[in-house]
Amino acid sequence: MPDFGGNAAGLIIDDRESGIFRVHRSAFIDDDILKLERERIFDKSWLFAGHISEFPKPGDFITRNVGGRPIILVTSDDGEIRALMNTCRHRGNLVCREHKGSNAEVFRCFYHGWIYNTRGELKGIPGEEAYSEAFDRESLGLEPAPKMHNHRGCIFISFDPDMEDFESYMGPDALMVIDNTLNLGDMEFVEGHFKYSMRANWKLLVENSMDGYHAAFTHERFFTHWLPSMGLGGGGGPMTPQPTPPNDGKRRGAQPMGNGHVTTAWPTSDRPISGQASYLEKFAGAELEQFREGLVKKHGDENARMIEGRAGNYLIFPNLLIIDGWCVFRTFYPTSPDYMEISGWAAMPKEDSPGLRKARLDWYLGFQGPGGFATPDDVEGLEGCQMGFATHKEVEWSDISRGMKGNTKGGPTELQMRVFWREWEARLTTGQHAEYTGD
Amino acid sequence: MATATLNREQVTVTRQEIEEWLYAEAEMLDTWNLNEWLALFDEERGSFYIPATDAPYSDHNTALFLIADDMPKLKSRVAQLLSGVTWAENPQSRTRHMISNVRIKGWEDDMLIVKANFVVYRMRFQNIDPYIGEYTYKLLPRNGSFKIAERRAILDLEALRPHGKVSFIV
Repeated sequence: MPDFGGNAAGLIIDDRESGIFRVHRSAFIDDDILKLERERIFDKSWLFAGHISEFPKPGDFITRNVGGRPIILVTSDDGEIRALMNTCRHRGNLVCREHKGSNAEVFRCFYHGWIYNTRGELKGIPGEEAYSEAFDRESLGLEPAPKMHNHRGCIFISFDPDMEDFESYMGPDALMVIDNTLNLGDMEFVEGHFKYSMRANWKLLVENSMDGYHAAFTHERFFTHWLPSMGLGGGGGPMTPQPTPPNDGKRRGAQPMGNGHVTTAWPTSDRPISGQASYLEKFAGAELEQFREGLVKKHGDENARMIEGRAGNYLIFPNLLIIDGWCVFRTFYPTSPDYMEISGWAAMPKEDSPGLRKARLDWYLGFQGPGGFATPDDVEGLEGCQMGFATHKEVEWSDISRGMKGNTKGGPTELQMRVFWREWEARLTTGQHAEYTGD
Repeated sequence: MATATLNREQVTVTRQEIEEWLYAEAEMLDTWNLNEWLALFDEERGSFYIPATDAPYSDHNTALFLIADDMPKLKSRVAQLLSGVTWAENPQSRTRHMISNVRIKGWEDDMLIVKANFVVYRMRFQNIDPYIGEYTYKLLPRNGSFKIAERRAILDLEALRPHGKVSFIV
């Protein structure tokens, strides 16, 4: 076995000429690699933290771990959104210990009673006269996350004070695709947050969340049981050959979007043929028509079709997966090479009528979530991969070569995973974005 | 002995009857006798819910649930669990449903409301994951026994960590 010594160079075989792409399995099990990933990827990226609909009014807040840090997301009394590090400047205790709340006026650390307002300013120190003149209360507010950006209600933060602008990090393609998602309406995160985990390396879930090849096998029951039980689907699944798209110069299918971002399907104005559209048509047809009318009125016919057609599954590097056909926002963070904590939400338009909302939720649960009819099989599969990696000294490489050299025969490509890995390797070895992530 | 009486139909139910019924249900689940278990549900009104861990008292019409099955979905769930292609439960998990603190809360229309605490252990690939929480049953007295109108399992867990999934019947 090559001894990489915690160095990522050589962990990827990327032979575009022959059409071979391999990942060394030590990338999934090595503590030193995880340490590097924390330093060079998670601490130097824009990370998804939450949605404004989770804390819409002044005094509303949520707390959660982002990039391994406890964070408070709050709408302050001045109406500003802030991302504050959840630790008392005195001796460290969490100043906010609720998952969520409303009408907060202060965050009070119970340890010694220090009080911060919702802007994070230190406003009260019991027995303040005990401190010398050098003690500067003004400088001891709750530390904000070094960078925060609100993109149309989606809150991203970065722990790198020198982080490039959000727009430049995303690039025009990824911005176009996420805006297509957000154009579905006045988006909100539905109440109910899936907090779960996998006993598996986080990169397995990046791959899996964009893997078209596994669907017909891992999710056989969705196609052979769930869809037919709802009166839908021919049981063909995604391996059924799709009609050749018209040669009209439009982008379609899996597309690298720069900086490691990638989608399995570029949105087009082709008539929505997604499972979601079929389900909603069947169970909330009249209400969907009304919703479509609103969409067309606002965006015009062609754009409305593109918005409703969605964008497949896409990655905002490194760890935000948006699964457009189900309205899933999913992010995750590794606590060790073989374990990750996962968060999943449903992003849906406030314009939904009650019946349409219910149909969207039913469709979501038809596949997604730890109790859904498909996600548990992904958990099982990825945990199985991780168990298999115990053989990494004898069985060193995983293969991700499908669809290289522009091969479109034989079903789904694995291009989207190669895009991720190319950016991953560049970040770990050079600290820079990959120059080109496509095949 | 705790009893509840539905005056209109003069049905008297004792806690012992309820406990025996719950134990029988638990045995069906732990032995993967899921078709027999499915037959416990009322054909029309039967439903099974597990709310998200951060919104235990929310409404499945407006909130994201872990499980929100009406009868067509529950029948499909059971068929899937017995199909051999639900990889999350093939091979089947070993489970053990422990039920305690059984309380008859009274009647809601024609339904007897029963609450009980549970710990369900799932054993799989050398891991033991406990699912802890409270059941609320809405039961319809039928022919000296009960049909389930609603079975709701509210998890006390703050997150499904490290459980990862709810792929069997809690």
